[in-house]
Amino acid sequence: MFGVPAQALYGQILLGLINGSFYALLSLGLAVIFGMLNVINFAHGALYMLGAFAAWFALNLFGIDYWWSLLLAPLVVGLVGAVIERVFLARIKNLDHLYGLLLTFGLALIIEGGFRHVYGSSGQAYGTPEELRGAVNLGFMIMPKYRGWVVIASLIVCFATWFIIEKTRLGAYLRAATENPKLVQAFGINVPLMITLTYAGGVALAGFAGVLAAPIYQVSPLMGTNLIIVVFAVVVVGGMGSIMGSIVTGYMLGVLEGLTKVFYPQASSIVIFVIMAVVLLARPAGLFGRGD
Amino acid sequence: MSTASDAADRIERIGIAVGLVALVAAPFVLYPVFVMKLMCFALFAAAFNLLIGYGGLLSFGHAAFFGTGGYLAAHAAKVWGLDPLLSVLFAAFGATVTGLVVGALAIRRKGIYFSMITLALSQMVFFVALQAPFTGGEDGIQGVPRGMLFGVFDLDKPLMMYAFVSAIFLLGMFAVWRVVHSPFGQILTAIRDNEARAISLGYDVDRYKLTAFVISAALAGAAGGVKSLVFQLASLTDITWQMSGEVVLITLLGGIGTLLGPVVGAIIVVAMQNYLATVNFPVPVITGIIFVVCVLLFRRGIVGELRHWASRRASHEG
Repeated sequence: MFGVPAQALYGQILLGLINGSFYALLSLGLAVIFGMLNVINFAHGALYMLGAFAAWFALNLFGIDYWWSLLLAPLVVGLVGAVIERVFLARIKNLDHLYGLLLTFGLALIIEGGFRHVYGSSGQAYGTPEELRGAVNLGFMIMPKYRGWVVIASLIVCFATWFIIEKTRLGAYLRAATENPKLVQAFGINVPLMITLTYAGGVALAGFAGVLAAPIYQVSPLMGTNLIIVVFAVVVVGGMGSIMGSIVTGYMLGVLEGLTKVFYPQASSIVIFVIMAVVLLARPAGLFGRGD
Repeated sequence: MSTASDAADRIERIGIAVGLVALVAAPFVLYPVFVMKLMCFALFAAAFNLLIGYGGLLSFGHAAFFGTGGYLAAHAAKVWGLDPLLSVLFAAFGATVTGLVVGALAIRRKGIYFSMITLALSQMVFFVALQAPFTGGEDGIQGVPRGMLFGVFDLDKPLMMYAFVSAIFLLGMFAVWRVVHSPFGQILTAIRDNEARAISLGYDVDRYKLTAFVISAALAGAAGGVKSLVFQLASLTDITWQMSGEVVLITLLGGIGTLLGPVVGAIIVVAMQNYLATVNFPVPVITGIIFVVCVLLFRRGIVGELRHWASRRASHEG
């Protein structure tokens, strides 16, 4: 198509889907947290990195394999998140939202700076789990098994999150507390606990993404920093009003970025920002947003 | 009440007097380049403070203007051989144009979204600077000549350069003060405090916000331009998101919405970085801790706390 070999095209679309998986998981977590706490979690990238490091520590210190890490690392990151919410964020919940941004920015600097001090800027390798090594021939392209797994796993987790929030009783409480926390509290629901759990859950998604990323990218202290800025742009494009919107926007922008790498590689690092600018001009509230 | 705010203003006036004396004495006591660096960051932070302190707009991408200014001044001075003052003006002009584009997009959203948009767009400017041919990529623009001001004053002489930088710094600070205390500044503050009311009074708030954004960007660009002449180098460091974070830190620590806050913040942050560069302790961790402490305990910043203390004392006595 357009003089581009089909193999390269499919390859980049797959890479785009993988990037999109991370955008979706991270922007989903940001949206869930923002809905409940009105905080843009700048530490999200640092906690994603923490998830990857948790898997790396688990493997190298305790011999815990990838599959257990996929379960345990999000729990660890979620626990760290619960502590962050209780110790820091709970204290500033009545202040201007900008303070939440500044506070979590500070936390991100502390976490990333600390890891960078100990491990340097270079990455640590994390091997692909044995079951997912090699590739499968799909007929039109050869797909490394692990890459396919990342897309499938993130889709499952995204839709599970969507299901919990939109279709379960817990999710109904959550949505109600987002609309009117005082009233929900008056009905006897422990809203402060829900807030803590929401933050923990949101960052656990980032931790999960970190484990998924570990075998693809190297486990490095800076892996979350640049990613989170792109995810912010994704969030602006999608708007944070809708859970499904976050997921769809994440994958869509990932694929668009992949396609840009095929047709105009110089622009691939800025394409998402350009799309953000266009969306701001055409539809300032975001594709799925409900205004400020 | 007026006595209380008078007392607070008096504290700041004393601070300005002390600062002016220190500015004259500093090059004979301290390393001039250190003081010049400090002035660049103070002006940068004052420009940023104009937006956050008086307009309530938290830009997380101000490094885009600081860095753009740095590259443009360096290019103008080195490649075109422009006069240093013209180079700085060119930097301010370039930052104005960048600010117009970024600002026009960012003011379409409010609050946290505004911050995220400025951050994302500044990251885009960073990538452009990384790839554009004239910025020299990872190397930056090195060996920038300081030049002869008006063809007469040799800025390679440290005291000449010091006087040049001081003049621009004072002019920039005066510009900020003038904007804040003008009718325009009053309306900007009104928009910050109650945007809906400002709209209902018939003000075109978007135009006010954009104008404030562009003025702020222009001053940040001038600060970046001066910095590249002082260090004879324009590099990627000045255009990264970390630099945007640094100017937030300086302003938050010194005192958001105070005239002297950015100066006090710059003195502390620049001195701290100089010290930390000599010991083996990670700077980001310290920076992060200051952020957290400021947000939790110290939201007025140093100058803000001083003003608060002075006005409380005055209102107790009165």
